[in-house]
Amino acid sequence: MPLRLERQENVPAYGLVLAPLMALVFTLIVGAIMFVLIGQDPVRAFGIYFVEPLTDLWTIQELIVKACPLLLIGIGLSFCYRANRWNIGAEGQYVAGAVVGSWLALMTHGMDAGPWVLPAMLLLGSIGGALWGLIPAFLRVRFGASEILTSLMLVYVAQLGLDYLVRGPWRDPAGFNFPQSVTFDDNALMPLLMEEGRLHGGIIIALVVVAVATFVLGRTLVGFSIALGGSAPRAAAFAGFDERNVTYGVFAVSGALAGLAGIIEVAGPIGQLQPSISPGYGFTAIIAAMLGRLHPVGVLIASLVLALTYIGGEAAQVSMRMPFDVTRVFQGTLLIAILASDVLVRYRVRRVEGHAHA
Amino acid sequence: MLDTVVLGAVLASVVAAATPLLLAALGELVAERAGTLNLGVEGMMIIGAAVGYATAYGTGSLLLGTLAGILAGVLLSLVFAGLAIWLATNQVASGLATTILGLGLAGLIGAPYVGTRLDGAPELNIPGLSHIPVIGPVVFGQDAFVYASLLLLAAVTYGFARTRLGLILRAVGENHAAAHALGHPVRKIRTLAVMFGGACAGLAGAHLSLAYTPFWASDMTAGRGWIALALVVFSAWKPLWLLAGAYLFGAVSILQLHVQGFGLGIPSQLLSSLPYLATIAALVIISALKKGQGAPGSLGVPFVPDR
Repeated sequence: MPLRLERQENVPAYGLVLAPLMALVFTLIVGAIMFVLIGQDPVRAFGIYFVEPLTDLWTIQELIVKACPLLLIGIGLSFCYRANRWNIGAEGQYVAGAVVGSWLALMTHGMDAGPWVLPAMLLLGSIGGALWGLIPAFLRVRFGASEILTSLMLVYVAQLGLDYLVRGPWRDPAGFNFPQSVTFDDNALMPLLMEEGRLHGGIIIALVVVAVATFVLGRTLVGFSIALGGSAPRAAAFAGFDERNVTYGVFAVSGALAGLAGIIEVAGPIGQLQPSISPGYGFTAIIAAMLGRLHPVGVLIASLVLALTYIGGEAAQVSMRMPFDVTRVFQGTLLIAILASDVLVRYRVRRVEGHAHA
Repeated sequence: MLDTVVLGAVLASVVAAATPLLLAALGELVAERAGTLNLGVEGMMIIGAAVGYATAYGTGSLLLGTLAGILAGVLLSLVFAGLAIWLATNQVASGLATTILGLGLAGLIGAPYVGTRLDGAPELNIPGLSHIPVIGPVVFGQDAFVYASLLLLAAVTYGFARTRLGLILRAVGENHAAAHALGHPVRKIRTLAVMFGGACAGLAGAHLSLAYTPFWASDMTAGRGWIALALVVFSAWKPLWLLAGAYLFGAVSILQLHVQGFGLGIPSQLLSSLPYLATIAALVIISALKKGQGAPGSLGVPFVPDR
């Protein structure tokens, strides 16, 4: 029997909160089925994956540490997606920011250069990420090349560039030939917030970004022109907003925030450059942005949820010998469920009587 | 004599490297000509590789493995079709979701097979002909996947140009409202096109894990699905240009391997990034020249009847 989607005129406010919750519940059901299929007791698996990480201070700190890059990148991506610009290369911008920011840490290594080093690194990291993000923006504005594909190709280029540096010129000469840089000096490391654990100052920066982004997107002309350009490009053009500037602006912001996330991660929990500095934060942040409905506070909540899939995945890897890909399955399912539940909230599915062609 | 042997081998390896790109891009071309931008190609390719390998390893049959890989690609394409076509969600987001899910599922399925090997698909040497210098190994010494890719290319080219189904499919992609008004089932046609794309991507993945490098590794597609998407733009949505583009990119990836082999002091990472840089360059040049010409009119726009 044919089904038809009818747009609901007044979507109740609770529906907008309900949709992500529905998506979470659906994801958990799919997850339970998956655990059974790979021969695990779903109750035990859920306990290890989702509950145990929330039961002691150390893992809660880890949760916040993992949420920090997702939050920063996700907010940046919200700027892009609100403007209907598809930056899916945040992973590359993250790497570019980490590399550019680390340059200063390596240049000043062993010099006891002073407390200005870390802030300068954060600034450089943001600039590096912004410049890497501006490449696809430029190619789009100037030549009309798809920003989806160019930003993604640049992820591979950035990762290979990082790989070259840590195996080549930036390798620690005293590092037993391991492909990694020297460990950063104290003045190039993020300060820790608690004596035990890895909770670092980056999370404060991220919370400031949440506040600023909430204000910019919600209360300023800039935020309005981004949203208008995304939803009604012709109206935006008539209103005098320049589409090209919006494209450059949102890519610069999202690149800068991804780069900032990269340098914070390297100067924080990792403490040095390595061939791999991200378990796919740039891609998971896409889900964070969507699950958070492109709103900074929503992205904050979504980042914590998604960080749990990383922590749970690591726990399941250690104690149940489950492959880490379980985490990716959860993340992919979650994104699918968000997209679907959004439709089910905004539209009503009706059976169509008779012959109407589907 | 030696030079022709080397040249023949190099050209044959170019064809082999180009085949998964050609297969995946051909499937995506059909989906896009029907109006759906499917960014799930990378995910469908990797799940085809994983399921194909697992099945071939378990049954000892490359044919069953290949079929299972195709089926896996089709099943995953249905996830995308359900979202993007039937729920009319954003196609970019739906495709990304499909790829993320595909990468995760492939990793789960493939995990028990890390470190194992298979005897890869044999080259189907045609007696006599495959010994012709240069041309012999290139044209007559390939595995079945290569021939299948060329047959599919011919079928798609013919189908678009000469069949009623091809005409309807193009109409649906060009202007879905008009096609709908004429009574064509837009969403069914699109679903079929996306399923065909999934089958091709699954086959491309099976080629990777059963013939090209007959083992399983979780990152073995290495962005080939994304390059296939770029190839469709490069081809200006024309099947024959796809052939040229895929073989060009096959040549770039083989070239970087050979240059690495010579040890010229160029960083290997720079050479490894060549296919990605070439993809960006190709996209920029084609976009600058064509300014979107050739793209189906309804590409990327969800269709909801009576809205």
